[in-house]
Amino acid sequence: MSPLSRREFVGAGIAAGAGLVIGFYLPHGNRSRKESFSPNAYLRIAPDNKVTIVVARSEMGQGIRTALPMILAEELEADWKQIEIEQAGASTLFGDQTTGGSASIRTTWDPMRKAGAIAREMLISAAALTWSVPRSACVAESGHIKHAASNRSLSYGELVDKAATLPIPSDVTLKQSKDYKIVGQRLARVDSPAKVRGEAVFGIDLRIPGMKYAVLSRCPVIGGKVSGFDDKESKKISGVSYVGKIGDSAVAVVADSVWGAMEGRRTLNVSWDEGANKDLNTAGVMASLKQTASKKGVNLYSAGEPAKVSGRHISAEYSLPFMAHAPMEPGNCTAHFEGTTCELWAPTQVPQDCRDSVATAIGLDPDQVKVNVTLMGGGFGRRLEHDYAVEAALVSKAINGPVKVLWTREDDMRSSTYRPTSLHQLSATLDASGLPVGLSHRIIAPSISGQKGQPVPNGVDPDLPDEAGPVYGIPNYLIEYVLAETPVPLGWMRSVYALQAAFALESFIDELAVAAGKDPLKYRLQLLAKDQDLTYFTTTWHTTRMRGVLQLAAEKAGWDKPLPAGHYRGVACFGCFASYMAEVVEITMENDQPRAHRVVAAVDCGQVVNPSILEQQIQGGIVYGLSNALRAKITIEKGRVVQGNFDDYAPLRMDETPAVEVYAVPSPEAPTGIGEPSVPPIAPALCNAMYAATKKRIRALPILS
Amino acid sequence: MADITLRVNGSEKKVSVSPETPLLWVLRDTLELPGTKFGCGAGLCGACTVHVDGNPIRSCSTPVSQVAGKSVTTIEGLGANGLHLLQQAWIAEEVPQCGYCQTGQIMSAAALLAKTPNPTDDQITQAMNGNLCRCGTYERIRKAIHRAAGNGGAR
Repeated sequence: MSPLSRREFVGAGIAAGAGLVIGFYLPHGNRSRKESFSPNAYLRIAPDNKVTIVVARSEMGQGIRTALPMILAEELEADWKQIEIEQAGASTLFGDQTTGGSASIRTTWDPMRKAGAIAREMLISAAALTWSVPRSACVAESGHIKHAASNRSLSYGELVDKAATLPIPSDVTLKQSKDYKIVGQRLARVDSPAKVRGEAVFGIDLRIPGMKYAVLSRCPVIGGKVSGFDDKESKKISGVSYVGKIGDSAVAVVADSVWGAMEGRRTLNVSWDEGANKDLNTAGVMASLKQTASKKGVNLYSAGEPAKVSGRHISAEYSLPFMAHAPMEPGNCTAHFEGTTCELWAPTQVPQDCRDSVATAIGLDPDQVKVNVTLMGGGFGRRLEHDYAVEAALVSKAINGPVKVLWTREDDMRSSTYRPTSLHQLSATLDASGLPVGLSHRIIAPSISGQKGQPVPNGVDPDLPDEAGPVYGIPNYLIEYVLAETPVPLGWMRSVYALQAAFALESFIDELAVAAGKDPLKYRLQLLAKDQDLTYFTTTWHTTRMRGVLQLAAEKAGWDKPLPAGHYRGVACFGCFASYMAEVVEITMENDQPRAHRVVAAVDCGQVVNPSILEQQIQGGIVYGLSNALRAKITIEKGRVVQGNFDDYAPLRMDETPAVEVYAVPSPEAPTGIGEPSVPPIAPALCNAMYAATKKRIRALPILS
Repeated sequence: MADITLRVNGSEKKVSVSPETPLLWVLRDTLELPGTKFGCGAGLCGACTVHVDGNPIRSCSTPVSQVAGKSVTTIEGLGANGLHLLQQAWIAEEVPQCGYCQTGQIMSAAALLAKTPNPTDDQITQAMNGNLCRCGTYERIRKAIHRAAGNGGAR
């Protein structure tokens, strides 16, 4: 098993465009459905005029089941009302199906448009042949091909038989953005009605005949193992049918109800071999990071020589803790092992990784494992792991029957993977006017991919190229990464390293503005005044676009207007996943704690596909980021995660949620990421507002610790 | 094990479970009403909110024995005669993202509007603060409650 890493996937997607989509051009339609026209794996048009669009990414709330079909439907010139959605399971037809890295739209923008355009052109040809008129006289519109001169019209459904006999064009012309009718519209999400009725089927809701339920007792100490267990009491619980070791570090309790399994686990007595981490604690982890900081790192970005410039020198150190994703739906997966096959129903961001890792774990070939993708009650990166799928398959194999493995909230909090803790050393040299002529940012953090045994080319964690780039065109500018080690399991959490990088950089820029005696917004605009292209790995960041979002946010926030007494503002901007984001937050201080009242966010993410979904993502990202900034902290004591539920790991609730206004810079550029870029700027913007209020600088998150 | 009778969404149901089983699991596993969600198991997140005799309760921490003979309404029963005004408002305001917590959110909101047909922002916050949403849909939830209230919300 060697799934592409998250970063390789993103990079490959951008570089390869449509070519990434293996099996994209199916030979002359999908003949298994004779009655339908299916020029490629994404699309089927039936004689009854139903257009089925296959979504090969996972829906975890980001609106992908609506947005991706909108892109295809636009080029198809379909009537949106005729569209039906089908969720793809793990397949070889769609390239890497990983949903992450704010990549679904940006990596499928070309393939989805081409899939629609190819079908459109074939339907035009079919109509032209039917009517014996030139193709150029036919127009595709609202699910019909029309011939204006003779006032004739045929629906797509009426043309499928003919279209299916035609050759598939290899080259098609895509629409101009000015002609878009679907892309850019606030179309209602296709999944809302089922979700408000309680009819949407999440992984946890899925039932198959004869299914049992399992919960697992996992070693509370990181890396520990089962040394033995006593299931006498568990087996007295009504409905408990099986208790057994799963892998090295867990014992599963299987029952005919969730509650029975939970009670069986509560009464189970497991003894643990706590292993090497039994004395690990948070202070030790931070001490080790500090020790690692003395090592030389690798340059992520390098311009000029910041060490050699002279002027006023300023430096500061920032740190961030481990954090947990904590999606609302706890981990779960349903599996049915039947000797030579295993079928899974998984709420997963990585159906193909689930397939491959399950195959390895239970000794089947990947093509003997079928993965169905369910709706997810949030993902935020937690479901980029496949632990829940492997557990479900192992338990199903052990009991030789269908089973749903369910994690409790405490399981999710304590046996998860965590956003890496990090340390940031920043230093700058200011010229006589107070502007930095040199800046260096050392990021000391463990590598998520490295810990998972995935490639870390040249010592650079493969996520950093999307998430830790330069913001300003400072002439001498160094961004350095020092790879640290930790035994604490790491995972990709919404915005990944961008959260840490932005918190440190944008807090520090504020410190520089203060040192220079300048307004923090004007200071940033001055740093962005010159049009510059900053090349960072495969992305080129344009100071022009960053200036654009900063100016837009400032203008909409009324930065120059006075605030009511006791109100303060902070600003931050950052770019990640190829999008530009600026946020202005307005706060008051109550009992030494910040209360955010209003956030104005401006984004440049190229072409907006659905403005309502864009607003959802940005509002949601800011609420997620505020939770991270204020309270999110996973600590370790005696090798165990301390936090267990939403009392000691307390996300934002309604009373702390500010009004969030969202503005997008109109842009004809291809779309870039939107699931994550709103998260990183909010923590530094908030801390900068707190500085404005209190003259105290927050250099360690969370704020309320 | 005990035989317990309760009214769920207007129909009498007899279940045979251990009496301390949380109502949540009786609804989901025994009665096959999965619209009520498991989020924390400790009354901290509100995803499991249902109405018992009209009052919002956390079904994950309510033993089924406590609701014997009582009337339970779940999301499946809320819009029994077509979509509840709140469900319509939720769609109109495009509230759900992942949607997992939204059935619990709607049940909390429905209990609020039943008693307070035109709630203020503060009353909304107070009624909804026990319901977590990790997608951060709170602002749109507030708007949807106001929208439903403006349309006669309590129904």
